[in-house]
Amino acid sequence: MRIDITDRDRAFREEVREFIRERLPQDVRGKVRDGSLLTREDVVDWMRAVSERGWMCPNWPEAAGGPGWTPSQKFIFEEESYLACAPGPVPFGPQMVGPVLLAFGTEEQKARHLPGILSSEVIWCQGYSEPNSGSDLASLGCRAVRDGDHYIVNGRKIWTTNADWADWCFALVRTDSSGKKQEGISVLLIDMSLPGVTVRPIQRFSRMSDFNEVIFEDVRVPVSERIYDEGKGWTCAKYLLGHERSGSAGVGLCRQRLDRLEEIDDGRAPDFSRRIADTGAALEDLRWSYLRMVAAKEADDEIGPEASLLKIRGTEIQQDVMELMMEAQGYFAHPFIERALAQGWNEPSVGPSEAAGATAFYFDWRKASIYGGSNEIQRNIIAKAVLGL
Amino acid sequence: MDFDYSEDQQLLQESVQRFVRENYSFEARRQLVATEQGYSDAHWRQFAELGWLGIPFPEEHGGLGMSGVETMVVMEAIGNGLVAEPYLSTVVMGGGAVTLAGSDEQKAEILPAVAEGRCKLAFAFAERQARYNLQDVEVRAEAANGGYRLSGMKSVVFGAPPADGFVVAARTAGGSRDADGITLFVVDREATGLSVRGYPTADGLRAGELTLDGTPGDALGEVDGGLPAVEEVVDRAIAAVSAEAVGLMGTLNDMTLEYLKTREQFGQPIGRFQVLQHRMVDMFIAHEEAKSMAMMAAMRVDEEDVDARKKAMSAAKVQIGKSARFVGQQSIQLHGGIGMTDEYAAGHYFKRLTMIDRSFGDNDYHLRRYAAL
Repeated sequence: MRIDITDRDRAFREEVREFIRERLPQDVRGKVRDGSLLTREDVVDWMRAVSERGWMCPNWPEAAGGPGWTPSQKFIFEEESYLACAPGPVPFGPQMVGPVLLAFGTEEQKARHLPGILSSEVIWCQGYSEPNSGSDLASLGCRAVRDGDHYIVNGRKIWTTNADWADWCFALVRTDSSGKKQEGISVLLIDMSLPGVTVRPIQRFSRMSDFNEVIFEDVRVPVSERIYDEGKGWTCAKYLLGHERSGSAGVGLCRQRLDRLEEIDDGRAPDFSRRIADTGAALEDLRWSYLRMVAAKEADDEIGPEASLLKIRGTEIQQDVMELMMEAQGYFAHPFIERALAQGWNEPSVGPSEAAGATAFYFDWRKASIYGGSNEIQRNIIAKAVLGL
Repeated sequence: MDFDYSEDQQLLQESVQRFVRENYSFEARRQLVATEQGYSDAHWRQFAELGWLGIPFPEEHGGLGMSGVETMVVMEAIGNGLVAEPYLSTVVMGGGAVTLAGSDEQKAEILPAVAEGRCKLAFAFAERQARYNLQDVEVRAEAANGGYRLSGMKSVVFGAPPADGFVVAARTAGGSRDADGITLFVVDREATGLSVRGYPTADGLRAGELTLDGTPGDALGEVDGGLPAVEEVVDRAIAAVSAEAVGLMGTLNDMTLEYLKTREQFGQPIGRFQVLQHRMVDMFIAHEEAKSMAMMAAMRVDEEDVDARKKAMSAAKVQIGKSARFVGQQSIQLHGGIGMTDEYAAGHYFKRLTMIDRSFGDNDYHLRRYAAL
């Protein structure tokens, strides 16, 4: 057991910083720093720059186009990206669909879809939740009925993040409802430009809106876009959810916001400084837990139920950081000029520049303990799968 | 000790609750706060006709001469319906300041106009550098031609956009954080050198930044000795928003409980899961605790022993903050995705609760004040 920060890691950190300095536009950096809304172009242009460098898919094997990083290099890249206020990628392609394709896809499917993910030419979303299937995901009812070489898909998906930006959707559909609810689920890759696909943005009370409702009406999806066996989609879904959970620890995001908080804090309110420090210590723990569990995962390529731990603590700490950032604004937590968060706002801010986004992000981040399997569901997973309760 | 409302108080409660029921469906509220003005003139006229705009003012100045308890009754119903009219800023704060500090002449001029709905007020006490410190005042007032001229900026003035007049805390002597040397002024909306930059707040209400540049003001109360009045007005606001928060939590808990009973997952209502039952029980407890403190605050806000009053209001604000945070956050959590949407009411109640926690001193501030008294 040793802390192993090698010269190679240090050099790599410099290389990442250099790359971000050169390629990240100043205006995008400023928007991320102040919590302004990003356009699809802001995010996708950055993803393409990362792709060009070959860094988009750190979790993929080198043979599939991954950069062949060690766990600490992956961590360094994520941390430096956040610290430099680079936009987070739309994660569904590189972090979720890609690994599932690598594990379950046919050679032909891999050849068709992996290059677009690697290059960030194709943006993905995932069609999981439905209005009546949230925590009880396996009860999903979006139907796919076989018709020759196609499935005809009918149903509604909800809370589909980035569906309004996405070219393709990784969807869970029901191909059979005769047996247990986990059986009869299949995975289809659906081209969002097909006739019968409708995307409706859902506005959150934070006034942000990357959630969507996706409606499929008689959408004809080629059978060749089904991943793995018909009726075995739950296996893929569980595999993917493990990846989603470990990806949502958000250490870098928290570090970036906490750094900003430490900058803002003038020490005039010792109780507040203490709470920043308390959250900083919790974040340090999350960082080491993340590194420890990623290292264990490297060893046996299994994301175990302990990924749920990272999701629970990660989202709780993210929410604490967002709350502190809002509290730091004092009365300036109140003003909410919606246009100030959008493109092309040139008027002077009311109060400090980060105040406009601080409250909106606090509100918006309540989603984190709900999405990707609510934190109650994550606790059920640990209770059952780890503790045997 | 008596925690029951008198017959008159019950009638007042029924009347305010009826107004909320008839005018404040969530959809109606959503449409109202989306308008430029953000509230309804017709509602305001109705408030005036029903006497609500004069509740805490002396009877000889057109008011009803009622106590903190009646204000609590109104504010709780305002919370129940997420009412958007500027009652707190005009009646509790602006009108409260005139009642506390004004000369008979000033009261006679201003209070009947407020009670009749002809005049809205806002209380400009906060400044950018001050955070929640009420004695950190940098707006200057210089004596000139027998009156005063004010210069500087006041921040996040609740209810500023529609206000016809402002009560402004300014410095007439001393350094920027001295307790002495603060004076209250009445400033007319049309006064020279005054500009108001209005904006919506995170909870859908309205506030504004005031810039004063040699703006004439009429001293309200003792020159250089205005801080006690500022503190008392803010304490009244604390008692009022405590009651509002109780109303907000009541509606939010009802909504969440209903959801737990009707939303089905895993073949049963989610309220059958013990972890959610216990969470809901804790939300119920948080609401009950807040009720006790809001009642205490309403009964003690008029107390003459200033330190006892301050300590009581700080204790109330701390509990309200804790309860509001827990009930607000957990109501969203228990609703899941639907609770995050703009078209569902829970988020809007959560937002107002959060902003109450960010007003008149947060928990850190009031714990310090409580400990120091």
